Amino acid sequence: MKRKALKAAFPYTIPIFTGFWFLGMAYGIYMNASGFSFVYPMLMSLLIFGGSLEFVAVEMLLSPFAPVQVIIMALLIQARHLFYGLSMLDRFKGTGWKKFYLVFGMCDESFSINYTAEIPEDIDSGWFMFFVTLLNHLYWVFGATLGGLVGSLLSFDTSGISFVMTAMFVVIFLEQWLKEKNHFSSLAGLLVATLCLLLFGADSFMIPTMVSIIILLTLLRKKIEKAEN
Amino acid sequence: MTLAQQILTIGLCIGGTMLSRFLPFLIFTENKKTPAFVQYIGKYLPSAVFGMLVIYCLKNVSILHGSHGIPELLGILVTAALHLWKRQMLLSIAGGTIFYMLVLHFVF
Repeated sequence: MKRKALKAAFPYTIPIFTGFWFLGMAYGIYMNASGFSFVYPMLMSLLIFGGSLEFVAVEMLLSPFAPVQVIIMALLIQARHLFYGLSMLDRFKGTGWKKFYLVFGMCDESFSINYTAEIPEDIDSGWFMFFVTLLNHLYWVFGATLGGLVGSLLSFDTSGISFVMTAMFVVIFLEQWLKEKNHFSSLAGLLVATLCLLLFGADSFMIPTMVSIIILLTLLRKKIEKAEN
Repeated sequence: MTLAQQILTIGLCIGGTMLSRFLPFLIFTENKKTPAFVQYIGKYLPSAVFGMLVIYCLKNVSILHGSHGIPELLGILVTAALHLWKRQMLLSIAGGTIFYMLVLHFVF
C-alpha cells in the first residue's frame, strides 16, 4: 500500500524536485556566503521548512538579537498557512499519526499538490499526501545542505529556473479553474492580490490580501453558494 | 549574536511557522463539528489562494523597469497554453520554464 502511494505521489513532485533543488541550493549558498556552516541551512530547512522565512532569517541572524521582531516577522510571513489549514481540515481527517507530519510539512507546494491531486481510488490518500510532503521536504533539505556545503565552489548559469515554481502555481490555478463551477474565488484571489501588491508593495501585501479575501468571501457567500447550485 | 541567541532566533522562526500551520487544526478538532461558515471558507478559499500564490511568485517583477515583466508574461502564457492544450502538468511546467529561460537568455 505504501509503495503504491509512493509511486503515485512521486510524479506530482517532479516539478518541486527541480524547483526546490535549485532554490534550496540558492538558500544554502546564501547562508554559506553569509558565513554560516552547512549545519545552519540543513537544520533550518529541516525544521522551519518555509522558504521565504528561511531567507529572511539569514538577515535576522546577522542583525542584533531582536526576539519580538523575529516572532512578528515569522507570523507575518507564514500567516498564509492558516488558509491552507482551513482548506485541509477535512482532507487530513482520519490520517492518524501522519496528520502531525502532514501539518508540520504543509508548505505552499505540498499544500497545493495535496489539495488538487486526483488520488486514485485504490490508493490510500493519507499515505499519498504523506509521501508528497516527505519528498518535497527531502528535496528542500538536500538542496539547502548541498548549497551550504559546496556553495562557494559553484558558479553556473541557471538564471530563470526558479520560474518553475511560478509555472507550477499557474498550472495548479488553471486546474482548479477548470474544475470549479464558478470563478468568483479564483478571480478574487488574482485581483485582490494584484491590487494589494500595487498598493502596499512586495514586502507587505500578503496580510492585506488575505484579510480582503476573507472579507470578500464572507460578503459574497450567498451569491457564491447560489451559483454552485 | 551569541550561539544561544541564534538558537532562540531560529526557534522563534520554527515556532511562528508551526503556529500558522497547526492553529486551524487545534481550533477545529476532528471530533467537533466544523462550523458551516468555516466549511464554506475551507471550500472556496483554495481557488483564491492559488490566484494569490501566482501573484506572490511575481511580486518582485517590475513592470516599469528592466524587462517590464514581459518574459514572465510570455512564460505564463506558454505554460497556460500548453496546459489547456495537453493538460499534462509536467509538460506545461517544463515547457513554460524552458521557454522562459530561453527568452531570458536570448532576448533580454
